[in-house]
Formats: sequence, structure tokens, C-alpha cells
Amino acid sequence: MSVDKSIFRRRQRQKETFDFHAATSVPTAWETSLDVERYVPTHCCFCGVQCGMYLKVANGKVVGVEPREDFPLNHGMLCPKGTNAYQLVHHPDRLRQPLMRKGGKKSSLEPVSWEEALDTIVQRFQEVQRAYGRDAVAVFSGSTMTNEKCYLMGKFARVALGTRHIDYNGRLCMSSATGANERALGIDRAANPISDMLHADCIFVIGANVGECFPIITSYLWQARDRGCKLIVADPRQTPIARTADMFLPLRPGTDLALLTGMLHVLIKEGLSNEAFIRERTVGWEETRALAELYPPERVARVCGLRADAIVEAARLYGRARAALIYTARGLEHQSKGVDNGLAAINLALATGNFGRPGAGYCTLTGQGNGQGGREVGQKATQLPGCREIEDPEDRAYICSVWGIREDELPHAGYPATLMIPAMLRGEIRACLLICSNPLVSLPDLHTAERAFRSLDFFVVIDPFLSETAELADVVLPGNLWAEEEGTTTSLEGRVIKYNQAVDPPGGWQDWQTICELARRLGKGQYFAYRSPRDIFDELRLCTRGAKSDYWGISYEKIEEQGGVFWPCPDEEHPGTPRLYEERFGFPDGRARFHAVPYIPPAEEPDETYPFVLTTGRVIYHYLSGNQTRRIPFLREMAPYPWVELHEQTAQRLGVADGDWVTVRTRRGEMTAPALVVRTIRPDTLFIPYHYGQSQAVNQLTNPVLEPMMKIPEFKVCAAAIEKAPGPPEWAQALNQEDLARAQERRRELPAAARRATPQPR
Amino acid sequence: MPETVTIKQMFLDPSRCIGCRSCVAACRECDTHRGESMIYIDYIERANTVASSPTVCMHCEDPLAPCAQVCPAQAILVSPDGVVHQADETRCIYCRNCGYACPFGVPKFDIQGHYMRKCNLCYDRTSQGKGPMCATVCPTQAIFYGTYEEWLAAGRGQQGAKPVNVFYFGRQRVRTRNYVVLTEDDEALDLLALLDKASLGLGQEAPAATASRNAADWVDARTAGLPERAAPAQPWTPREPAPAPVPASPAGPAGRDAAR
Repeated sequence: MSVDKSIFRRRQRQKETFDFHAATSVPTAWETSLDVERYVPTHCCFCGVQCGMYLKVANGKVVGVEPREDFPLNHGMLCPKGTNAYQLVHHPDRLRQPLMRKGGKKSSLEPVSWEEALDTIVQRFQEVQRAYGRDAVAVFSGSTMTNEKCYLMGKFARVALGTRHIDYNGRLCMSSATGANERALGIDRAANPISDMLHADCIFVIGANVGECFPIITSYLWQARDRGCKLIVADPRQTPIARTADMFLPLRPGTDLALLTGMLHVLIKEGLSNEAFIRERTVGWEETRALAELYPPERVARVCGLRADAIVEAARLYGRARAALIYTARGLEHQSKGVDNGLAAINLALATGNFGRPGAGYCTLTGQGNGQGGREVGQKATQLPGCREIEDPEDRAYICSVWGIREDELPHAGYPATLMIPAMLRGEIRACLLICSNPLVSLPDLHTAERAFRSLDFFVVIDPFLSETAELADVVLPGNLWAEEEGTTTSLEGRVIKYNQAVDPPGGWQDWQTICELARRLGKGQYFAYRSPRDIFDELRLCTRGAKSDYWGISYEKIEEQGGVFWPCPDEEHPGTPRLYEERFGFPDGRARFHAVPYIPPAEEPDETYPFVLTTGRVIYHYLSGNQTRRIPFLREMAPYPWVELHEQTAQRLGVADGDWVTVRTRRGEMTAPALVVRTIRPDTLFIPYHYGQSQAVNQLTNPVLEPMMKIPEFKVCAAAIEKAPGPPEWAQALNQEDLARAQERRRELPAAARRATPQPR
Repeated sequence: MPETVTIKQMFLDPSRCIGCRSCVAACRECDTHRGESMIYIDYIERANTVASSPTVCMHCEDPLAPCAQVCPAQAILVSPDGVVHQADETRCIYCRNCGYACPFGVPKFDIQGHYMRKCNLCYDRTSQGKGPMCATVCPTQAIFYGTYEEWLAAGRGQQGAKPVNVFYFGRQRVRTRNYVVLTEDDEALDLLALLDKASLGLGQEAPAATASRNAADWVDARTAGLPERAAPAQPWTPREPAPAPVPASPAGPAGRDAAR
């Protein structure tokens, strides 16, 4: 969406030579005579919504998808990613055998036996640890895998490797939301189930491209509006949900904090704050109130690049609603003040008493498949399973008792993922095990990140495909996909759901088996004596017993009976907790915290050399680094390459027509891509989607400044310059130039483009 | 022909469409379509708006299936429940008459197989009481499948929407099985008149872009008189030259509150 496919004129019209239905190579229409043996109830492996779906299995292969109308969240609905997800399972690009560089860094990756690969890994890790200490090996984990696996990675790093450095790619994704939730509300989970949207009178979506990143949730938004709910959207671009919104605030990237505090100012001035709620259920109101006094909408509007009356109107719309919801996502979290942004949004909800009722709350839309579960089960630098603190003596003692280790054997807090990069460059981290992540697309300032990974003495990647990151590895182990294992994930609502296994992995090993085998060879097999993912889940449940994210009462059977269980679920009779904060917040005194957060400008403001703001984001056809979705023909065809979205006024000033090659430059690097000239973006803003690697990666350009508390990079704002490129970049050289020129010519002949009056620059 | 009120129809609502092309992807999964999609999503005017619109066979009722009527080979079947099927590939002579006759531009032509293909309302599914693939997966109910009453109950009707299944192309009137959702003032959709009004994009004044309705120029916080807290930029590492090695601090690289 926001994809006008005509900018990809150069795409080659290749026939699909692989039949994803029969999982064989055939040239013509898909096979339909297959007898479907089983319909495996499972979920989509992509975003945090975790839509239910059935995988069709025939002849022992996954051959298709069937909508799962009995799952209570999506009722059969799927987005194009979900519809095509099954095509990954027997994809020709899958890794089937371990790959290794036998002759050192300069040699190429070649197939080896599992035995040889595992031996090498263990031997090299032990060498590095002997020479440089236990913490010289780091584990870089991910969140698009089951809770069982995420939990196992945390335990593997701390028990089998004994390193303090374990963190995961959620650091780049939802860590700001975690910081805000924990500081203000006490529990790191969305406060409401998605179905609460239907009870809301007003929904305020800020920094969340719901239509493209969580397409199924659009259904709930539209249904809420059918019932008369008002929709406010704040985004620098007109996103699909913004088009018909009751109120659209096209704010300048990086100014969300000012907007939110400005709205609070209006609420206070108009007497829309809920004094009883503030008195009984919160602390810290006076400071926040005093701060908000200093943010009148007239001034805020100038900073945000909005009209002041629009801010006032939006605040009234929100403040007068009987029940209102705020949804945030990466737009305001991917900033060097991401936590403060979240806190400001929570302030707004607290001041109006919008918590603990149907349709009233603050929710962050977690992006990754298991983004919610992955951040609770102890694969974070400072966390033990169940959102426990690694530096809390009680939590340490409890986890040690479950794991059966001595307390002094449990490492302390390590580096967050983004600080592992400088540590690698310093030579402090010398080896790394990476699973389920593709940092060479997803980290900011990729040139530095690439230097860091290349500087490692030994680098292991576990992945189903040869990702951009895996290409740098010394050993690559074939990972399994979601359809090839059993396990639970936790959706963005906090609903624990279950994947069921449809087929066996092509490499023969499930990731949990690989990890347990590595642990055994490291001499720690007694701590990893699992027979199935169910054993791991049972241990995870025990670890979370009595903790904030309590899974103790959840079982595989209960998940299937109830269509998922919301944590906390403290015992077997407990049905789960869909809505949080009905009685009390997650602090010992039961009260929520206001935080007076003054506005902080983005780390890079535009200047004369770099006069534009560059923001990055997602498209509906791709998921995260695109390592999986870029391999699916349908999705690849829809959005094969990145592009630069820019406003018509900007384009006219630069002499750029739609489809021309433009070069975008920042202090970190530059890239060239075709221009998409539209009026649906702020004239001072440029947008480039981020799912692409190497010279197509926008993260060559982004700013690696980190949020001080959570260390999330500022992907969403940096200063940039743009100019017309002399010609296509290297990656586009292979494309048919004649076609390109002809298509461009045709486009110029279109009457609308030629005769439209030139808008006057402001 | 049964009366339209008793059967399930499709309701196409472009105002709800987010252009995600889930329907396009799901259509290919249907056993009768086998990897080829029979539905189209178009961006109306991408330069101005992200608006998009689905196009699918409307299954014309009056006149009944123009595509079938002009078919010289009797290849297009209309089943008793009013569903217009795609060409029987053993009969289709690939003359493309149906393509010219269709008011909505729906038929697709399989160049290799030399026959016409189009939406058959997922007959394998709908004849068994299931919804067609596109409407089942549509994340926004821009494609809704059900009876008129079910559509009303879904709530959209209460917000000033009205489904229309009568279309005018000049003096030619076409009534279809499927509906397009418009506003309550509309009785029919006069496509030719709309085309005139839109003047094929030749008008001097392009419609005002809704995207920038509330936008304005900006200044920095200091100029605007807004209190700001200067936060020192925390780059993860100075870019060049590479920094001198720093020994690992025994107390842990990050304090307890520093990185959670």
C-alpha cells in the first residue's frame, strides 16, 4: 500500500518457476488435485497480531493456507503477508545443511555435516572464552520465535555459555514502550485487548501505521467507527487509516512529545481532566500539570508544524470521549526520546482517567511476531524470565533455584543489543551467536554495524535462510520455521497462543534441539534435558510463577480450549486477564505514575547542508528485515525495491519527476532509489521503507543515537539532503533501461501530471 | 432467478479499503483460481491520496451477464443462483468478446491457455456455504460477503452509507448482484457522469490534498518559546577514527536503570 507499483517499472516479468502449492518446480497453473491430509491450526508467523490460520498439508508438505474463522481475534482475516506465509516452508532458498568457512574468514561458505559444524562452534567458543573471558561471547537473539525458544536462548547464554551479554532485536523495536510501561504503569503489556476498540468513543493513533503494519486491526478501527467512534491520527504521512480519519495531524517527525504535552495543556485548560481518578489512582500529577502549563497549543503547533486549532480540536475530541484509547507504535518509539514519548501518551490517558474500563486505555502495538513474549521470558540484557530483574536478589535466587545453579554462577546484566556493536569494535566481544535476527538490515548506521560483525573472531548464525547477516558468518546452521515446531507465542494483546507443527524442518533439526545439543557439548547438558518444547514451556511457567508476567496457570490444552490465554494467569482455574489495571496499577501502592517530561528536540535537526527530515518505516508487503518476505514472489513483486517518498513541492524544486532516480544523503551515508512524488507526505519530510539490504538499505543513512534508558536508536528522524541522481545506482544496472525510459515517457504524457497547476511554495 | 435480497452478495466499500491487496493474494489460493488472481486493487490517484479501490466481477443480473450473452461459443455459464462463471476452457475460443462486453473490465485472458478467466465467486467455497476467499481475508471489510440484512447489522449503514447495485453507463442501465457502498443520497452510480466531472484529470485545479489540511510551517522549540531539555546525543560509537580499546568494566557495562 502506499505502493504505487508503477514506480517499479523495471521489475522483470518472470514466471514463477516454483509451485508453492505442490512444493515442486512446475511451469503452469498451480496443482489443485492434491488431497489435503490435514488442516493444522496455527498462527501467522509475522507481526504481533498473530492471526489464526490453518496450514494445509498434503503429501507431507505445506501446500496452502485456509482462513481460520474460529480464532477470536481475526475471524479468518489475513493480510497479504499471512496469506503467503506458507510459501516459505518449502522455499527453494531454505538452508538444508550447515554451512561453514573451512579456510578462515577469506574462504567461502560450504556445506558441512552437523557434527563438524557443532564441534567447531563449541571448540571456537571455548577458545575465545578461555583467552578473553566468558563475556567475550555474546548472544544476539530475536523475537520472531516461540516463547520456548526465546526462553531457551536466555538460559543458554547465562547457563551454558555463562556470558552476561545476551540481548535481542526487540531492543530495536519495542524497548521504548517497555520503558514507558514499566515506569508509568508497572506492567509491560498493552492495557487492553484489541476488541476493546469496539467500546471506545475516541481512538487516538499516534506514530502507528496501523493499516500497513497491523492490517487486521484496521478491521476493529473501522468497526469502532461504524459505531460512531472518532479517530485521530498523527503521522507525518497520510497513512491508509489517516485518509478518512476524523482528525489528521501531519506532525513533523520527532515532535510527538510536544504534541502530546500540548494536548494535555488543552485538556487541563478546558477542565477535561478526571480529578477523581487522578486523586485516587495516580501520583505525580502536580509536576506534570505545572509542566503542561508551559506548552500552550499555539507554541506547540509551531514546533510540530501543525495548525494550533487542530491541536485544540484533537484534544477536545479525545478529552470529551467517555472512553478513549491511545495506540502508539514505532513512530514515536524509534526516537532518542522514545520512552518520554510513551510517558507523555500515558500522561494523557491518566489525566483523563482512561484506564481499566472497556474501551479506555493506552496500548502499544508490538511489532514482532512474538514481540510481547520475547520481551518477558528473559533474553534481555537485564531481565530474567517473567519480567524479573537480573539485579534483584530475590529474583536471582528464585531463577537459580529453578535452574539448579548457584547464585554466583548466574551472570549479571550485560550490554543491550545496540551497545554490543561498539563492544565488538573495541574487541570486548569477540564471538557471537545470532539467531532469528538480521541486524545488517535492521541496525542503524549499517556501515559501522558491518565493520563490527566483520571484526568478530567467530560468528555463528542460525537462520532458515541465508540472510544478509548470515553471509558474514563463519558457521551458518539451518534454522526451523514456525510451521516446523510446536510452541507458544504472546500476541500484542498479551494473549498467549500456540503454534502447531505441520512438517519437519528440512535441516532435520529444530532450533531448540540445536541449542540443547550445543549446551550438551559445552558440558552443561544436565540443565538442558528437555524432550520437547512442552518441557521447556513447563519450566518457563515455573520461572514466571508469581512474577509480573505470570504464565503459571497456562497450559497448551488451555490455550487450545480458550483460543489463547491472556497473562497474568496465576493458577489453573484462572481464565486469564484480558484487561489490565481495572483495580490497581502494577506498582506496590497500586497507583500509576505521572512523569513530567519536557520536550527534547530530535538529535539531528535539519540545517543548511541537510535540509530535510528523513524518516523510515514499513510497507505492508514486508516484515522486518525482509529476509523472509522478500523471498515470496507475490510480496516481492509488490514492493521489490526501496523508494523515496517526497512531496510534490520538493520534487518541483529539485526538478524531479515521479520515478526519477534521486540520491538521499545523510552524515552516515547515501543511497539512490526512485522517487515517488506525492502530496501525502509533509513537504519537509522524506520517507524510505527499510526492509531492504546492502546498497538498498536505508539504515546506511539512519542516525545511531540511542535513547538513554532503553538504548533504542533514532530510526525515525535524521537530517538528510536529496538531489537528482545522474543515473540508476549499481543495484539497478541490471534492469532494462529502454523499458524504463519508455515508461517514464508515457507517464509524462499523462494529462494530469503535465497540466496540473504548480502549487506555490509556502 | 431468485430475488437478490435472499442470497448472499458482495459489498465493495472503497472508503474502507487500505489497498493491502490481501484479497489479491488470497484469490490465488482458491482451488478454482490456482495461482492467478481475479480481483484488482487500484490506487485511484496515488499522487494525491492513498485511496484505493477493489474491482471484482459484479455478476450482472440485468441485463444478465453481458459477457455470457456475447459469447459466441457459449463458454460462459450462469448458474441458477446467479453466479457468472469463468469460461469453460474446453469451449472458449479466445475471441475476447466478453472483455469488450463487460461494463467493469473484469475478464482476464490467459495467453498461454487461450481462454478467459474471471471471478466465479469462489464457487467451490460459496456453494458449500463458506465465504469467498477475498471477503474472508479482507482485513477491513472493504469486501463484505453476506445478505443485505447482515450488511446492515454490521453497522456501516448507520453511518450514512448505502449500497448501490445500479449503474449507468450513459443510457445503459446495469443492475448487478454485488453492491458498491456509497453515501445515503445515492440511488445509482452514473459512471459516465462521474467521468465527465472528473474531466479525465484535465481540470486546472487539482483537488486539495487532504493530507496537508492541518499542516503548517515549523520553527525550533527555542524560537517557538517552548521549554526544551537539551539531551546530549548518545551515538553508539564515534564514527571515525575507531576508538581506543576500553577494558570491560567489572561492575557491568550498564547500570541497572541504564538499560532494561
